[in-house]
Amino acid sequence: MSLTAEDVKKIAHLARLNMSPADIEQFTPKLSSILNFVEQMNKVDTTGVEAVAHSIDATQRLRPDAVTEPDQRKAFQAIAPAVEAGLYLVPKVIEDE
Amino acid sequence: MHNKTIAELSQDLAAKKISSVELTQLYIDRIKNLDQQLNSFITLTPESALHEAKQADALRAQGKAGRLTGIPIAQKDIFCTQGIKTSCASKILDNFISPYDATAVQKLKQAGTVLLGKTNMDEFAMGSSNETSFYGPVRNPWDLDRVPGGSSGGSAAAVAAALVPGATGTDTGGSIRQPAALCGITGLKPTYGRISRYGMIAFASSLDQGGPMTRTAEDAALMLNAMAGFDERDSTSINMPVPDYTATLNDSIEGLRIGLPKEFFSNGIDPDVAKTIEAAVKEYEKLGATIHEIHLPNTSLSIPAYYVIAPAECSSNLARFDGVRYGYRCENPVDLEDLYKRSRSEGFGSEVKRRIMVGTYALSAGYYDAYYLKAQQVRGLIRRDFLEAFKKVDVILGPTSPTLAFKIGEKTDDPISMYLSDIYTIAVNLAGLPGISIPAGFAQKLPVGMQLISNFFEEARLLNIAHHYQKVTDWHTRLPEGF
Repeated sequence: MSLTAEDVKKIAHLARLNMSPADIEQFTPKLSSILNFVEQMNKVDTTGVEAVAHSIDATQRLRPDAVTEPDQRKAFQAIAPAVEAGLYLVPKVIEDE
Repeated sequence: MHNKTIAELSQDLAAKKISSVELTQLYIDRIKNLDQQLNSFITLTPESALHEAKQADALRAQGKAGRLTGIPIAQKDIFCTQGIKTSCASKILDNFISPYDATAVQKLKQAGTVLLGKTNMDEFAMGSSNETSFYGPVRNPWDLDRVPGGSSGGSAAAVAAALVPGATGTDTGGSIRQPAALCGITGLKPTYGRISRYGMIAFASSLDQGGPMTRTAEDAALMLNAMAGFDERDSTSINMPVPDYTATLNDSIEGLRIGLPKEFFSNGIDPDVAKTIEAAVKEYEKLGATIHEIHLPNTSLSIPAYYVIAPAECSSNLARFDGVRYGYRCENPVDLEDLYKRSRSEGFGSEVKRRIMVGTYALSAGYYDAYYLKAQQVRGLIRRDFLEAFKKVDVILGPTSPTLAFKIGEKTDDPISMYLSDIYTIAVNLAGLPGISIPAGFAQKLPVGMQLISNFFEEARLLNIAHHYQKVTDWHTRLPEGF
């Protein structure tokens, strides 16, 4: 699989990464070579082979639907870049009327 | 004193030959004097360490000491430590003071250990050489021009140089075992789910596993005793009793069936490494083991499968670093998208970005079946290979890494050649099995590591087999010159 600069731009956007033209030039061949490398997997026939997501066939545990976490808002917000009145601040998302 | 194992130091503490405060001070001084050469620590915590040592001595005076009470250790900087910077060696977490302790940290604290500091690593554990760290590379104490391996390179170098008697590591594709091999120490990756992942910053959640890095198998058993166990806060934690891993260290290995995978001794292996491992195999024969050739036919597919699964999981896990709730935020974002994009682009290093992009691509619409699904099927084949092998043998033995420690800068421009240094370790993560690397000798004055792999939950057996080898060899007791 050989990626184009356009592909890399699109992937970077999906991953919410900024890429300068110089970055794109550097990333494009490296990402292509990684994808070519992983395509070795196609050498083996996996028809009917079960996909393994978790090495030990464990199922998710269930627990009673009860409140278990204490309120740690203060501790967690103490390390946030910008907070006000218990809320996380981000640039304005909704335009003024 | 600094060259002693945790087991020996524990005896000295019990016999009152030294106090924990004195021992802690000794290691703090060693780190201050020697770590400039290695860069194995990101953060040092001498004040809280001496405070914890005092508490440990007080507990001992009350007769309440356990085997790890008062033993200084280091935590890889991927484990969250309350009130202490937890950076994951990334600029994006350079200002992150964790509001809570990881379970493994909490458990080692409860066992009475003293935290000396947080060790350097590859950024977000993505690397095999410790060169992707925001805080600069770690140097191998056996040759300062060479890498210590990675990603747990700081822990490996610090233990090898006796700056600390034991440290934690994490292993997603070899990140405990490969640096242990390249630095000449013992490193155990337990079965997936044996040690809680809670508070261990996630890279690839279906592969990540924490474990101990020490000089000996006996010390690894002591640390594993404290670290292992069920944790309801980790959804994939395994609910099984934890044995005393030290109790079976001396059990006989007479008649042990060792399997040598043909694929682990073929193309790409340094002949010196192969020769050293063959000598170790002879040692096991003398100890009463029988040797059998086995096949793990899909070994070569483990790296391609891993470099789909791990990036896919990482692209999803690292989505949480958005400049909103914690960590780095870019200056003056113009809108929300700019905030996300610039915080992430300025905060992550190149290798991390590369893996996020590979993962994003593999999971994007239209490519899922070709990459992610295919990789999970290959993972199924790899696990099947191991389970077939364990019908014939008790344990699998081979080299941990195909090469000796390589030069700093040698592989940084070629991601794939870097990835290939994990060829013998990655399959073990994909299968979820436990594996250990122990020192097996030296070639060109550099350590060679031997890897032992067992069936699920047989850590006690692995430690037992490793311990027997360490009783008849002295590779694990060697210290690099100048340390």
